Amino acid sequence: MNSELLQRLKDAAFEIRCRTIREIASFGSGHIGGSMSIVELLSYLYFHEMNVDPADPKKEDRDRLVVSKGHSGPAVYATLAYRGFFPDSLLETLNQGGTMLPSHCDMLKTPGIDFTAGSLGQGFSAALGIATAQRLKGMDARTFTIIGDGESQEGQVYEVAEAAGAWGTDNLFAFLDKNGKQLDGCVEDIIPAFDTFGRWESFGWDVQEIDGHDFAQIESAVEKAKQHHGKPHMIIMNTIKSYGYIPGETEKNNHSMSISKEGAEAAIKALREREGRA
Amino acid sequence: MRDVRELPNYRDALMAAVLDLAAEHQEVVFLDADVSSCIGSTAFSKAYPDRAFNIGIAEANMAGVAAGMASMGLRPFIHTFGCFVTRRAYDQLFISVGYTRQCVHVIGSDPGIVAQYNGGTHMPFEDIALMRQIPGFAIVEPSDAQSLYDLTIQLYQNGTSSYMRVPRKGTSVRYAPGEVVLGKGVELADGKDVALIATGAVMVDAALRARDILKAKGIDATVIDLHTIRPLDTDIIDKVASRCGHVLVMENGRYAGGIGEMIAAYLARTNPVRMDFLSVGERFGEVGNLRYLASAFGFTAENAAAKAEGLIR
Repeated sequence: MNSELLQRLKDAAFEIRCRTIREIASFGSGHIGGSMSIVELLSYLYFHEMNVDPADPKKEDRDRLVVSKGHSGPAVYATLAYRGFFPDSLLETLNQGGTMLPSHCDMLKTPGIDFTAGSLGQGFSAALGIATAQRLKGMDARTFTIIGDGESQEGQVYEVAEAAGAWGTDNLFAFLDKNGKQLDGCVEDIIPAFDTFGRWESFGWDVQEIDGHDFAQIESAVEKAKQHHGKPHMIIMNTIKSYGYIPGETEKNNHSMSISKEGAEAAIKALREREGRA
Repeated sequence: MRDVRELPNYRDALMAAVLDLAAEHQEVVFLDADVSSCIGSTAFSKAYPDRAFNIGIAEANMAGVAAGMASMGLRPFIHTFGCFVTRRAYDQLFISVGYTRQCVHVIGSDPGIVAQYNGGTHMPFEDIALMRQIPGFAIVEPSDAQSLYDLTIQLYQNGTSSYMRVPRKGTSVRYAPGEVVLGKGVELADGKDVALIATGAVMVDAALRARDILKAKGIDATVIDLHTIRPLDTDIIDKVASRCGHVLVMENGRYAGGIGEMIAAYLARTNPVRMDFLSVGERFGEVGNLRYLASAFGFTAENAAAKAEGLIR
């Protein structure tokens, strides 16, 4: 990855993190953990990879993203705002009555959200449907989707795995946010996945495993996946839940956290220092 | 509307409609969950191999994939047995289809006792109550093959999601092409003493026979084929309730949340009349042929006539 792109993506990730932290603090609490763990991916997709147009969020030939772990909404909204889909000021309306920004992604409410999620596993099926429709319509577009490792306990995930594998849906690019945690604690302590890589390989997917916070690894995996035809793609991203919201990184229960406005500014200051930003 | 009265099975009428729609609209796709040969959608996959998807025994994924396709402008029909397409895929129909306002046409085959030899595990009585909880779905149960064809076409034109209960085998002929209109119940017989409001072939047939039994006793019964359950045809319900003052609702499904409750709740507000219900109470389905099951669940003309007479006497 060239250094100019890397810096641009790092800056975008920082901006998205600041916005996500302040957005959740404006409400007082929210799903900070699973939001922060996918920020590098969201930066990469919206600021480099995906064909989208903030001025025309519904253009038909766009690439689509279904965030099946729909509780990551706050990070997605921060990304969309920073990308210009709507003003930053809207982020302060998170979860308020009548808002365009509900805690879980809603395609009918938010410009740039391609499908509704919240009941885990369902967005993944919709992503397969969207990718299949893109192929049927002869479009060159791709569908990206993000599932969680907690979400991967849902049986529906494997109904998608087998169908996409059988159909060889190679315009479907899935990312597994393997942050190791779910609402009640560690995935390993609740229902461990054992061999995540082998599991996806056995369904006939093109599988890679990377550090989900490393832009160069994200780029390399996506570029490799694009060259691998005939199979759907699964990129397992090892991540840290709450990454970049430093007070949450070491918390055992960091799925949803309370954040005060003062706490948000302190956390942003700490992140700025850790990243060596002026 | 094409004339399908000569076709041997209900499913042939359904597939004739879907194929006619597919010929006209390239958005039509058909998804099945390993029961395509049961409903005859193999004809669709032969005609349109790219637009047919057998998703395997995975009903939840079928509903979710259809929702994603619908968001891309496709118009999916999805099918499996009524028990599975509703109960096993309910949250997907609720969230991915209903909550997102996508347009998906859901076909549930073998309604109620029509499931016969597949028995209690396969016998959907509660599907209507379940689908009524999802805002925006039209709900339909045709009582003959021609109305099945006509209503399938009209549901497509209507442009909202829909749930249709469809018997697969055998047929019955009641209507001419174009006679049945979505959302408008049909007055099959005009009487002044009691209104038999029936849905589906099993119950409409029983209601017509019950009318003859009642006639012999000097009771003049109206028979309504209420093929569209939602939107409810309140005009025809008001009309027959006012005229007859007694209403018996007959459905091949469960009382709780069913059509009878729906009509009772409506009439309680507008025109309270004496009512009774022929439906399934707190009981599961069981195996048997249609005659045995009709008798076991009381879905007979004799029982309907007795209930109607009880309302009046």
